[in-house]
Amino acid sequence: MKELLEIEEELLAPGHRACPGCGEALAIRIALKALGRNVIVVQATGCGEVVSTPYPQTAWRVPYIHVAFENAAAVASGIECALKKLGKKDVKVVAFAGDGGTADIGLQALSGAVERGHDFIYICTDNEAYMNTGIQRSGTTPFLAWTTTTPAGKVGRGKRQWKKDVPAIIAAHRAPYVATASVGYPLDLYQKIKKAKYIKGPCYIHIQCPCPPGWRFDSSKTIQVARKAVESGCWVLYEIEHGQMRVTFKPSKRIPVSEYLKLQGRFRHLTQEEIQKFQELVDQEWKRLGLE
Amino acid sequence: MKLVLTGNEAAAFGAKLARAQVISAYPITPQTVSVEKLAEFVANGELDAEFVEVESEHSALSVCVGAAAAGARAFTATSSQGLALMSEILYIAAGLRLPIVMANVNRSLSAPISIWCDQQDSISVRDCGWIQLYCENNQEILDSIIQAYKIGESVHLPVMVCYDGYILSHTAEVVDVPDQSSVDEFLPPYQPPYKLDPENPVTMGPVGVPEYYQEFRYALHEAVREAKEKVIEVDRDFERRFGRGYGLIENYRCDDAEVVVITMGSLSGTVKEVIDKRRERGDKVGMIKVRCYRPFPHREILGSLESAEGIAVMEKDISLGATGALYADVTTAIQNSDRRPLVMDFICGLGGRDVKLDHVEETIETIKKCVARRKIETPVKWLGLRKEVL
Amino acid sequence: MKGAEKITLGAVITKPGSTVEYETGGWRTLKPVVDAEKCVGCGLCWLYCPDGAIKKGKPIEIDYRYCKGCGICSTECPRKAIRMEMEETK
Repeated sequence: MKELLEIEEELLAPGHRACPGCGEALAIRIALKALGRNVIVVQATGCGEVVSTPYPQTAWRVPYIHVAFENAAAVASGIECALKKLGKKDVKVVAFAGDGGTADIGLQALSGAVERGHDFIYICTDNEAYMNTGIQRSGTTPFLAWTTTTPAGKVGRGKRQWKKDVPAIIAAHRAPYVATASVGYPLDLYQKIKKAKYIKGPCYIHIQCPCPPGWRFDSSKTIQVARKAVESGCWVLYEIEHGQMRVTFKPSKRIPVSEYLKLQGRFRHLTQEEIQKFQELVDQEWKRLGLE
Repeated sequence: MKLVLTGNEAAAFGAKLARAQVISAYPITPQTVSVEKLAEFVANGELDAEFVEVESEHSALSVCVGAAAAGARAFTATSSQGLALMSEILYIAAGLRLPIVMANVNRSLSAPISIWCDQQDSISVRDCGWIQLYCENNQEILDSIIQAYKIGESVHLPVMVCYDGYILSHTAEVVDVPDQSSVDEFLPPYQPPYKLDPENPVTMGPVGVPEYYQEFRYALHEAVREAKEKVIEVDRDFERRFGRGYGLIENYRCDDAEVVVITMGSLSGTVKEVIDKRRERGDKVGMIKVRCYRPFPHREILGSLESAEGIAVMEKDISLGATGALYADVTTAIQNSDRRPLVMDFICGLGGRDVKLDHVEETIETIKKCVARRKIETPVKWLGLRKEVL
Repeated sequence: MKGAEKITLGAVITKPGSTVEYETGGWRTLKPVVDAEKCVGCGLCWLYCPDGAIKKGKPIEIDYRYCKGCGICSTECPRKAIRMEMEETK
């Protein structure tokens, strides 16, 4: 923690247009502390890119390129190849993309890049919906969450499907390092990214980033919400190194999911039965992962 | 050194001699052999490049964008559906001003699916900001790819070298392959004005807010227009060194021609044969082969139409619901001059339909009749249409 | 229309971190106020600020040019040394 607290340099400058309390902006800021200056960043279209690069200003103090929504991993592959050809040995390529640009439209390019084994880090900043375009549902939107395309009413009750498990998909590609992280656990996040920095090959880190306007909570509660997600077991912090999974933070006793869900307006419509259903599904997930 | 090469092989040799550093492509008929050949060059150690076997054309061009942005010379090749799939990135590559070179093997677009030649694919993306060169033969393919890098890297624009599927891609011709050191002298290593490098961090691809976007588009448009000068300059330099030049257009016997046929690509070869035959009989006919389609050479085309009274545009594409695209560009040039020759658009060769010498004869005869009557028969006519199945 | 600097090639931005020219502090309705006596300089608020608008020290200093008033620092401070107050209306 001391090490992290001493990294003064801000490679993401203030003045970016992220919402107050933005989980993604914080995730990027901390990630850059682990990465340092010797990186080239690719970012997919999304909140992060839009708030940080309004021409003629940029918040980035490292080399950066934005191309399109679905191809961060492909662009990163191209940069990695160019660096090889140009003999630039210690520059790390890092792709940042949201859940949309990763789990949905970006999945093909990500899968291709990982399968080909490019040496790069892919960081998914998951705010659990297409936030930049106004809170539409993505593959990683949690079960029963309200979004503008899965609104809650008499017939529809929010998202109908469980959260898509992208880390598992990438682990199935046999990537050397796959990890989940949270802005509520910044040291854990920092350590995982530092680890990835020194591993050769495709590393995937999936960071849950609470979003005050999208999840409907007060901007001062971003870190609280992030922690409750982990404490309730809704979001598990682990890493998979060469196929071996290790939970990096396990709550000694999981709090009920209702403690997490009640903090967020996007779950306000849930009935007791629905909360119970949610709890059962989380319990099942923990059993499946062999965590208890 | 003279080799017998198909169009695809010529393209591969072109990229090899140009010392492409990052090659990324996805297979699609009839482009496949061009990238297979490049993979072979890399595997043999003949070409020191990173070869990326991507999982789609969209990623193929995305890899090239990343590579070019980081300062490497990038190459890709595709066709038809692949070009359509990567079209989103075509516009972005041009907007980012990256000198990527692409070989596009002209193939018709689905639906219904067709692997055979026409020029609909590349013509459909004529607005994207890429320089487009259309080749008449395999020699021109090889030469144009080498020239493309010189042009693109000077004007900071991507370049698409187009050639007809099967007709050129799979047909072998004698090609003079220049030696590497001569090409190196003509084409020095890529020196980008900006690149992704921690020593000098820049941001590429920001949000083009309304206060600036229109100006970016204007600057891009002007850059493409002004690239005409560079295309000519590079071609002249190439001609000095290698003895072969192509220009923006080829004026083939137009100087006193009353009827001129305007076309692009391999069809030029067919038309030339008919022009020659007719000239032997004293018929005043000529041909303009448009090599550089974007930027469009309005002025140069008008310059070859001084004596023309009737023009036949023969093209392998159609802007569905309107006219052929080449016809629209030619008539724009004429409209903005004080000449008023009659112009007719002849749509031909779609989906690999053979364009025969007889079709060219028919075209010229039709125009001559129109000139005599002082009016066109119809703006757009389709050649070789099987009316019996309609 | 604002901004009269010449446009760059392909919209490349050559001034890293130039968003500092835009002071997001103007967005605030609430502002964090630090109780210097209570602050122990642990730096957690600095760590959790999405905008990097806090300067480490004992006591920490809020950079009001950029602070958006989200309140995370106030919530996370283990000493309750930061309270949120209404921004004065101008």
